[in-house]
Amino acid sequence: MSTTGAGATEVPKYTKKDFESDQDVRWCPGCGDYAVLSAVQKSMPDLGIPRENIVFISGIGCSSRFPYYMNTYGFHTIHGRAPAIATGLRVARPDLKVFVVTGDGDGLSIGGNHMLHVLRRNVNLTILLFNNRIYGLTKGQYSPTSEQGKITKSTPMGSADRPVNPIAFALGCGATFVARTVDRHIAHMEETIKRAAAHRGTAFVEILQNCNVYNDLTWNVVYDKEQRLAHELKLEHGKPLLFGPVDDRQALVMDGVNPKVVPAKATPPDRLWIHDESNVNAAKILADLFAPDYPVPVGVFAAVSAPVYEDVVIDQEQRAISEKGVGDIAKLLKSGDTWTIE
Amino acid sequence: MSETAAREVVAPKPRRELARAVVRFAGDSGDGMQLTGEQFTLESAVAGSDLATLPNFPAEIRAPAGTLFGVSSFQLQFGSQRVYTPGDRLDCLVAMNPAALKVHLGDLKPGGLLIVNTQAFDKRNLDKAGYAANPLEDPTLAERYRLHKVDMTALTLEAIQDLPLNTKEKDRTKNFFALGLVSWIYTRPLDPTLEWIKKKFAKNATIAEANTRVLKAGHAFGETAEIFAECYQVEPAEMAPGLYRAMTGNRALAWGLLAAAERSKLPIVYGAYPITPASGILEELAMHKRFRIRTIQAEDEIAAATAAIGASFGGAVGVTASSGPGIALKGEAIGLAVTAELPLVIFDIQRGGPSTGLPTKTEQADLMQALYGRNSEAPVVVLAPATPGDCFFVAYEAVRIAVKYMVPVMVLSDGFLANGSEPWLIPDPSTLPPIDVHFRTDPDGFFPYLRDPATLGRPWVRPGTPGLEHRIGGIEKQDVTGNISYDPDNHDHMVRTRAEKVRRVAQEIPPTSINGPATGDLLVVGWGGTYGAITAAVERAQTEGKAVASVHLRHLNPLPPDLGHILREYRRVLVPEINSGQLVRVLRAEYLVDAVGFNRVRGLPLATEDIYDAISQLAEGSS
Repeated sequence: MSTTGAGATEVPKYTKKDFESDQDVRWCPGCGDYAVLSAVQKSMPDLGIPRENIVFISGIGCSSRFPYYMNTYGFHTIHGRAPAIATGLRVARPDLKVFVVTGDGDGLSIGGNHMLHVLRRNVNLTILLFNNRIYGLTKGQYSPTSEQGKITKSTPMGSADRPVNPIAFALGCGATFVARTVDRHIAHMEETIKRAAAHRGTAFVEILQNCNVYNDLTWNVVYDKEQRLAHELKLEHGKPLLFGPVDDRQALVMDGVNPKVVPAKATPPDRLWIHDESNVNAAKILADLFAPDYPVPVGVFAAVSAPVYEDVVIDQEQRAISEKGVGDIAKLLKSGDTWTIE
Repeated sequence: MSETAAREVVAPKPRRELARAVVRFAGDSGDGMQLTGEQFTLESAVAGSDLATLPNFPAEIRAPAGTLFGVSSFQLQFGSQRVYTPGDRLDCLVAMNPAALKVHLGDLKPGGLLIVNTQAFDKRNLDKAGYAANPLEDPTLAERYRLHKVDMTALTLEAIQDLPLNTKEKDRTKNFFALGLVSWIYTRPLDPTLEWIKKKFAKNATIAEANTRVLKAGHAFGETAEIFAECYQVEPAEMAPGLYRAMTGNRALAWGLLAAAERSKLPIVYGAYPITPASGILEELAMHKRFRIRTIQAEDEIAAATAAIGASFGGAVGVTASSGPGIALKGEAIGLAVTAELPLVIFDIQRGGPSTGLPTKTEQADLMQALYGRNSEAPVVVLAPATPGDCFFVAYEAVRIAVKYMVPVMVLSDGFLANGSEPWLIPDPSTLPPIDVHFRTDPDGFFPYLRDPATLGRPWVRPGTPGLEHRIGGIEKQDVTGNISYDPDNHDHMVRTRAEKVRRVAQEIPPTSINGPATGDLLVVGWGGTYGAITAAVERAQTEGKAVASVHLRHLNPLPPDLGHILREYRRVLVPEINSGQLVRVLRAEYLVDAVGFNRVRGLPLATEDIYDAISQLAEGSS
């Protein structure tokens, strides 16, 4: 039986091509998913894990076609349930590296409950949530991350729903690794995916992704060169929270219990907010920030360590076996109150 | 009066031989009636009786004391001959309070033994039970039944007055008084209960002492008090020799899985969400981690099913369980297992419905849900155990079929089987059929939907196997290659192939066993937990010379290959079910036979008497 990563067998030297399946990719031309697929395939060789030990699990939606295009093990399941399927797989097979690919509808609407519980359990897997703020596969209805008032086919006068914030949701559920990246920022995406994959526990990555057919440029704030320059805040552990053009740098600081944007030049170094991935409380404050009033943070919001669900499950099993030996059904059948009939 | 003195003055009372007896303990939810019944069951089993039990309790955990809906009861029938059911009418009713009397008196045979705890018949309890006057003072009660008014509360307190327990703690032991008394009446040995008390309260010597004393006090009361003129003896039943234990259906399902895990050498991942009456299986399995059973208490029914499917994808045996409402939620996931062609075992512990229905009562109304309760064409194998002990073999068989054919297998148990128990001849697990598991490892010529010619099962591949990386999913796929396919002819082919795969499970079904003549007036066809009631009714009709036989189906999909032929050997076919007529519809549709149903949907097992009446009408009508 093979085990993940290190061990007896040498992991082959892979290239991106080794992770491309023979299936025709069927997303719309220009879809942001192509870039994510490419970034994931490019990241794979660096994980140092034999290809046969990698599994991609997905639910339903455009993003959920993803496993078909990866030359690994894959399971395209039912709407919203990928985190639960992946939990069962991890409990059965803790030696496998498991990825869950989902979207804003799959992961936060129909599968919101499973997302909550996989995050709080801290199952060791990597979740890639493609957020395009629209239902693409069903041809353009608003999603749980769509902005309030959004006009779509199902909301001709604007949606009444308030949107859910995936990062704040994940942190609220007790996620141990939470990050955001952007489909058009290839290098950042690859780097983020690799970091997420290396995390032990549930890693949650929101990928801001473009649906050029039903919700084009919904993330223009991080696509458009000028807007990006003005708003994007790259989170880097140990570095101050600074953003904006070089000649007009802004600092994010805390004013009492509120975050505040102030000119960087006028801010004394000891007032700067130094990003600390181990500070979940700080991450929760950052999670709620967005343009236009605040910067748009991208990168790793939080990365902390906590017990992994299936580790506990397996440990209990091992303990039970080491205390009393492997179960013996013949013995169990005769245990307790029995009587003989001659 | 000291014990010795009592023995000196009391002559032994006459013992009357009985072939069988039906006893019911009834009281408040907090009166410990389930425990009393379980211990009486154990005593009877040790005495060599065959028996069947029927626990019956409210859905509310702590229903308000003294109310009608708070009444909890435990019934058992024990006898010196085969006992198939817990019995219809009672020979003996123990009523610990007015509410219990009111709810259960109607089931007591005229002239039956009625034992009541008088102290509970105070104004407050009488009001709660809706009695305008104390029924114990109504002379007709003593005329109709052999009424014994016993102040169990006072006698209990007296027996343990010197023990350092408060009144509430003392009062709580009075169920042991009832147990001791009834044990004396039916000559049941106290030893099993004394042993149980010793073990159970090993850490609390005072409670152990109190229960022991009260139990013995109840027993001595029967022996000494002048109100009991005689006691009864039930000879040991003629049962197959061997080692026995009491077995409930839920425990048997759990242990069947343990046996399957051991034999197949596969880990089992059991996903479940707590629901009555299925939760007991999860709790039982959680105690047996040494068998490599990994339990997941999931966030909901859907996650429970899908986690099991994920485990099966990983090369373990995925098992999920629920009752009807939860099975409804799992429907889409079961469809995924159908099309992904992965093994999955689903236990449905049926209860009264629809919706929340009657959570603690039994029903057989999920057969159609098991057969058809999913979108599109999604056939699964359906099995049903006949008795609590049979659950062990059916759970094992479900795993065996699921991994051999790469199909979901649904097991239809019910609330009656789940909580009911029977004396069970302990099987030798080495005699169980092997569970052959073959994981494909050879990449040469591999396709995910390449089929075994005998079973039509596709290869099971453990992720982690080099060279066999592949993708499966819920979208229709091309046969053999497993590639996504929207081709109309391929879809038609796949629909038929999935159905044929389930049909081929018929290869596993042994010839149907017929209880009675191979041809005749009437065939009674049943399935699941009604086995005992049907068998008892049919055997009674047979002793009266009626040409009646019965078959009891374990395999509901596919049906036994010889069933069509058997049905035609009788002039009439009767199908008793605890639903509005589900199997009867299947039989009529499948075999074009004019089968008729006998249906009662009362949340209770069918009564032997009622089935017997239905048999008599049909058998007589045709002769």
